[in-house]
Amino acid sequence: MGETIRFRLNGKPVALDTDADRMLLWVLRTDLDLTGTKYGCGEGLCGSCTVIVDGRAVRSCQMNLGSVQGKEVTTIEGLAQDGKLHPLQEAFQQHGGFQCGYCTPGMIVNAYGLLLRNPHPTRDQIVQGMQPNLCRCGAHTRIIRAIETAAGQKGASHD
Amino acid sequence: MTELTRMDRREFVTLLGGGIVVVVTVPFESLWDALEQQGRQRGYPEDINAYLHIAEDGKVTLYSGKIEMGQGIMTSLSQMAAEELGVSLDAIHIVMGDTASCPWDMGTFGSLTTRMFGPAVRAAAAQARLILTDLAAQRLGVPREAVTVENGVAYVAANRNRRASYGELAKGQRIAHTVDQKAVHRSVRQFAIMGGSPRRLDGQEKVTGAAKYAGDIRLPGMLYARVLRPPAHGAGLTRVDLAAAAALPGVTVVNQDGLVAVLAADPETAERALKLVKADFDVPAPAVNTESIFGHLLRSAAAPNTPDAAGDLDAGRKQCAHTFDVTYYNSYVAHAPIEPHTAVAQVQDGKATVWSSTQGPFSQQATIAREIGFRPEDVRVITPYVGGGFGGKVPGQQAVEAAKLAKITGKPVQVAWTRAEEFFYDTFRPAAVVKVVSGIDGDGKLALWDYQVYGAGARGSDVFYDVPNRRVRVYGEWGRAPDGMHPFAVGPWRAPAANTNRFAAEQQIDIMASGIGRDPLEFRLKNTKGPRMLGVLEAVAEAYGWKPAPSPRKTGRGRGLACGIDAGSYVAHVADVTVDLKTGKITVERVVCAQDMGVVVNPDGARMQMEGCIIMGLGYVLSEEIRFEGGRILDDGFATYQLPRFSWVPAIETVLVSNDGLSPQGGGEPAIVNMGAVVANAVFDATGVRIHRLPMTPERVLTELRKV
Repeated sequence: MGETIRFRLNGKPVALDTDADRMLLWVLRTDLDLTGTKYGCGEGLCGSCTVIVDGRAVRSCQMNLGSVQGKEVTTIEGLAQDGKLHPLQEAFQQHGGFQCGYCTPGMIVNAYGLLLRNPHPTRDQIVQGMQPNLCRCGAHTRIIRAIETAAGQKGASHD
Repeated sequence: MTELTRMDRREFVTLLGGGIVVVVTVPFESLWDALEQQGRQRGYPEDINAYLHIAEDGKVTLYSGKIEMGQGIMTSLSQMAAEELGVSLDAIHIVMGDTASCPWDMGTFGSLTTRMFGPAVRAAAAQARLILTDLAAQRLGVPREAVTVENGVAYVAANRNRRASYGELAKGQRIAHTVDQKAVHRSVRQFAIMGGSPRRLDGQEKVTGAAKYAGDIRLPGMLYARVLRPPAHGAGLTRVDLAAAAALPGVTVVNQDGLVAVLAADPETAERALKLVKADFDVPAPAVNTESIFGHLLRSAAAPNTPDAAGDLDAGRKQCAHTFDVTYYNSYVAHAPIEPHTAVAQVQDGKATVWSSTQGPFSQQATIAREIGFRPEDVRVITPYVGGGFGGKVPGQQAVEAAKLAKITGKPVQVAWTRAEEFFYDTFRPAAVVKVVSGIDGDGKLALWDYQVYGAGARGSDVFYDVPNRRVRVYGEWGRAPDGMHPFAVGPWRAPAANTNRFAAEQQIDIMASGIGRDPLEFRLKNTKGPRMLGVLEAVAEAYGWKPAPSPRKTGRGRGLACGIDAGSYVAHVADVTVDLKTGKITVERVVCAQDMGVVVNPDGARMQMEGCIIMGLGYVLSEEIRFEGGRILDDGFATYQLPRFSWVPAIETVLVSNDGLSPQGGGEPAIVNMGAVVANAVFDATGVRIHRLPMTPERVLTELRKV
């Protein structure tokens, strides 16, 4: 306790007085009430808890709060801008790239990170980039199609 | 059941704020036997199955005890209601899985929603349309036949200016109507909303992170609980010391009637507290493990059921020119939904409210009430979105734990299982052994089928080939296995037993075809006459581009075929695989699937389920098995228990075989049942080697390859 952790969250400054060794996932879900980021395994093996930290997709269950000090964090709740869905969110709906929806925030955020690094990925690059994320319902082919669709559109990488 | 079902219908309308309520009390006789029996045991009420409310402001609400866990029924049920009622899809509001407001339901499983609950929804909506038409005729002073409805408005057909909206018609009404089956359902040719593929109604919430699951419920003062778990099933707690945990600031400890838990205002503090709990367990010596289980299943089997027997097996044996005696095996498999079992419970003023990730809100209501000593009507279970179930989210242990802890502590409590707890308390798909002795006569016609399945159950074992001399014996159903047959809990896993049975049966058929040098498709067509089965076999062959040739071709690349019947639907698959002869690794390159599911309510939704079945199926076929030593579960996370990932996914083509003369059939499970056999048959075509055990791991494939 005692330390103040400051970072930007979905474009807005946040200051928290809490332990720096708490995991970002739980701070988001409990202290900040952003429940879109999900727990799936707690080991960084399923990708449900994926968020963007300084432009990189990371597993928030493996990242402590101290390590986001002074950084820019984006969660699923921060992708839509001014009430307009991000092209990835739009494409996931269009192609039905989800079923139960539980892994979906992690999928979309991971794809967002992928497109930030590589705005026009090949199908193989999409598959490799999405490999760390698990979907149990089997929406994979539609998720790939959604990412391909979004990647072809302006503004998909928010540049 | 609930207060609601006992309530006077008219009171009930008033409670909903007036308007028109249509309830369905049709007893659905088509429920299959097992479920009907189960229902009776649980006191399945001859009461309302569904109801639809048209409020005085025209708002239409469909109440359903079913839950949405990804299968898309929120959308398809709304389509059915909108179609029959004559309103647009976005006019339908749906409330699901809330025991306080929804009619009793046995649970969401068995691909039953569309084929069993769907008719109730359609009946209620069609009846409502009739009532509204009559009200409009009265108000507009014309006979009923002169009125048409469209988009929630009733018109005089000859003069569309003479009109009344559903809201206007419902205003001031206190109508509670029971479906009398006079209303006629709309036909496929009339469909405007059914038969289409609108965007899913849960999409917006799911892509924005706004969708709430049980673990997303936040209540003031809520505590996060962690429960002390034994290291193995069957282990007994001999000593526990909670002092160090209790000394941690902000931590509450509970040790009551075998429930040992630590609670804190955030999950990480609870986790730290759990690590401070000192406990000793008495762990029984392991009696059985991953490899010895199959012998154990055979030894512990009780007397079999014989669901099918015909002809004379001895005579059949004599007619055979060739007989084939093969044994098949499959391991325990986890459901592994990405959302682990989670519940939030609040107990206040003698009433409990529980938000639970469950496939059975009403059965959980009863279980929770029993476990905490409340009357069922004092327990309300609310089901938010469920993050995958696949048959694993029926029992509801986590909801009972949350309710008990909420009652003990007097605070709202969340119990969210960790991934390791999820792997430990899952009700696994049972390990199984299948023994088949079959034979063909000199003309390549099936003459003998003697089939025995141990551990899995009957579903999918029905013989749809023309075999005059046959017997199917089932030793232990997944829900009614003898004590000690399985070392831990087992339960239904997407198309329970059918994955095991089709793996064995469709490989056996293939073995016979190749045994006499016949093309696998031709052999099947020659031995079955069912028009729906012929339909899906021909459709899959055409979509794939099937060229007749007997297996095996042994080119390192192979194709397989398999077919089956599940949940009223007929389904056939063809798969292409490659096998790496050095490593034994199987890669599934392409899967084509044809399905006849009667009238298709939502074609894109149906295809999503077929694709999901195919991809999920790859897991139990290629990698998934729970390894164990006695009651100790050795696979407790995704590091060793491998689910299908993006790189595994083949090219998938789905074909919906048109059959508009048949009411909608099941769609959530059929397309998974053939996955074992279709891949095994393709591996045989590629290599000449048969793999008789699931999953077909590289090691097992390599072992078989080396025997050649």
